Amino acid sequence: MSTASIPLPNWITYGLLPLINLLLAFLISGLVVWIIGENPWDALVLMLQGALGRGEGIGFTLYYATNFIFTGLSVAVAYHAGLFNIGSEGQAYVGGLGAALVALALDHYCPWYVTMPFAVIGAAVFGAAWALIPAWLQAKRGSHIVITTIMFNFIGAALMVYLLVHVLIVPGKMAPETRTFLEGGQLPKLDWLMAMFGLKLGPAPFNVSFLIALVAAAAVWVLIWRTKLGYEMRTLGISRSAAAYAGIPYVKIVIITMLISGGLAGMMSLNTVMGASARLQVEFVGGAGFVGIAVSLMGRSHPLGIVIAAILFGVLYQGGAELSFDMPNITRDMIVVIQGLVILFAGALEFMFRPALVRLYQTMSRQTVSGQKISGK
Amino acid sequence: MDNFEMILSILGSTIRLSIPLIFTALAGLFSERAGVFDIGLEGKMLAGAFAAACIAYLTGSAWAGLAGGIVVSIGFSLVHGFASITNRGNQIISGVALNFVAAGLTAVLGQAWFSQGGRTPQLPSDARFQPIVLPGVDAIKDVPFLGPLYVNVISGNNILTYLAFLAVPLSWWVLYRTRFGLRLRAVGENPGAVDTAGISVAWLRYRAVIVAGFLCGFSGAYLAIAQSAAFIRDMSAGKGYIALAALIFAKWKPVPVMFACLLFGFLDAMSNFMQGKAVPGIGEVPVQIFQALPYILTCILLAGFIGAANGPKAGGVPYVKER
Repeated sequence: MSTASIPLPNWITYGLLPLINLLLAFLISGLVVWIIGENPWDALVLMLQGALGRGEGIGFTLYYATNFIFTGLSVAVAYHAGLFNIGSEGQAYVGGLGAALVALALDHYCPWYVTMPFAVIGAAVFGAAWALIPAWLQAKRGSHIVITTIMFNFIGAALMVYLLVHVLIVPGKMAPETRTFLEGGQLPKLDWLMAMFGLKLGPAPFNVSFLIALVAAAAVWVLIWRTKLGYEMRTLGISRSAAAYAGIPYVKIVIITMLISGGLAGMMSLNTVMGASARLQVEFVGGAGFVGIAVSLMGRSHPLGIVIAAILFGVLYQGGAELSFDMPNITRDMIVVIQGLVILFAGALEFMFRPALVRLYQTMSRQTVSGQKISGK
Repeated sequence: MDNFEMILSILGSTIRLSIPLIFTALAGLFSERAGVFDIGLEGKMLAGAFAAACIAYLTGSAWAGLAGGIVVSIGFSLVHGFASITNRGNQIISGVALNFVAAGLTAVLGQAWFSQGGRTPQLPSDARFQPIVLPGVDAIKDVPFLGPLYVNVISGNNILTYLAFLAVPLSWWVLYRTRFGLRLRAVGENPGAVDTAGISVAWLRYRAVIVAGFLCGFSGAYLAIAQSAAFIRDMSAGKGYIALAALIFAKWKPVPVMFACLLFGFLDAMSNFMQGKAVPGIGEVPVQIFQALPYILTCILLAGFIGAANGPKAGGVPYVKER
């Protein structure tokens, strides 16, 4: 009998299933570590110590998590409308241009808290602009958004390299990057927040963007579950024909959804460009857009889940970096393996354990029901 | 004459750069014509390249390396099949996942086994596919125009190059002239009809993804043990995605696939060639334009401005048998 239509309680769908998938991903990663000839348990302990042991480690963990919250939200918003946005990477990259231009224009004249709102807008607008053409192609011409967003990642990368090498570069310098922003174009670190917990931030670039990311997560929750637009997006995501029957305009919703998605991806650049390096550099996104896919899948496209999953991936990134110092055989690329396995198990194989769980759940609930009947007599 | 030599050198590198694209795009062709989207071409190519380099290094045989590349690439295909055919998971997500697993695993294992920063050791020339000098080179060498073309472009490539051009008509024949090909195309358009005819949709699709893995093994081996003499981390460098673009650009047909790959290979060759050179009347053309052009062209095509690019109808949709 098919088990697909039998509903499971939320704690299984949103708690147990992702947990099983995550455990399986870690188990296989552990196997890889073991094949390499290191002790997986030691590796795990070292990783957790590196990520959560000291204030600096936590600062780096949350810094990485900030990137992943933005990109995870970006993927999730599109996912709710049934669109798979692989282009967060490129949208974040181009979004960095918007943030950098604002910072370069205003840092001489304004303090950071004046620059910040403009930079948020700049990053979001540029990121959204990079999602606009794929969105329009999907909505109007029926081109598959997965393919076009992949193509736009590459086009965006070529464009940004061109701009950095030929236009934005500081004359006379070799490195393809903009000048360093003055204090007015930098987002301050959150050392006071860490100090509240008695932790020292050290050189970790944990900055105000984290708070912007949390606000964005809350805003996405309101958008998806508390607004008409969000309702229309979800309807479209579940059934395009039902949405059409309900009078929901396909073209408009697809384009607006992708603009929001691209804007969120673009805002990721605030963290790296204005928070950490204080300049626009080549390839500053570094795969965070793709991590967003894993984060969104793990977090089941729910903002709370995304924040948790983003912190988890932050732990992986920071812990993985520390681990590669102690066990040189395990390079940081191990994170990419884990990331791929998480996407595989939480995304592509998400239904693998469902039939078994449904059967288990049914037997268990039947037993409880009959047990209650007996005790009620 | 100087111009002629320049054209010859560009043509030569066009061929060399097109070969991995042709194998990979044909791989995508089989998979996607059967209704299984394959974003994971890049990962299969990379994993195949790594395996080919490792096995060729260990055995000292290029053919063993090729076999190793094929086996590993098919292994990745089977995981993709398990996720997207058996478990009816999202094919795109599965492909993305496999790309990450391949990129990470090759780098981790490469570093752990050889400690050369993700590189495999340099291969001796016996463990690589060597250029083959075609017969008649000496006779035709002095013929104007045709002679240099034959000697420099057509002759002197390795066996995999010729196999790639052989694979194109072969793929056409399999897809359009065999029963397997007919069924494969049918299962990508209307799996329900194939099922009604009493043919297993799942098994057909599995065979299609196995063929895809087989071909990606060739492209990986070409990268690692024919074009280069070692595996270098991330050496596929987005070629899997360009091949995917070529596949769409060719509207999922084998012979146009070859031409699309040659075009994109030509653009790649041009971007290498034009570095720091000025075009008369225009000035220096930024290399990034050549790098972005395959993707821009594909997007324009997808937008339906140069004829419509309609993929197989059942592409990306897991098949659920009616009960």
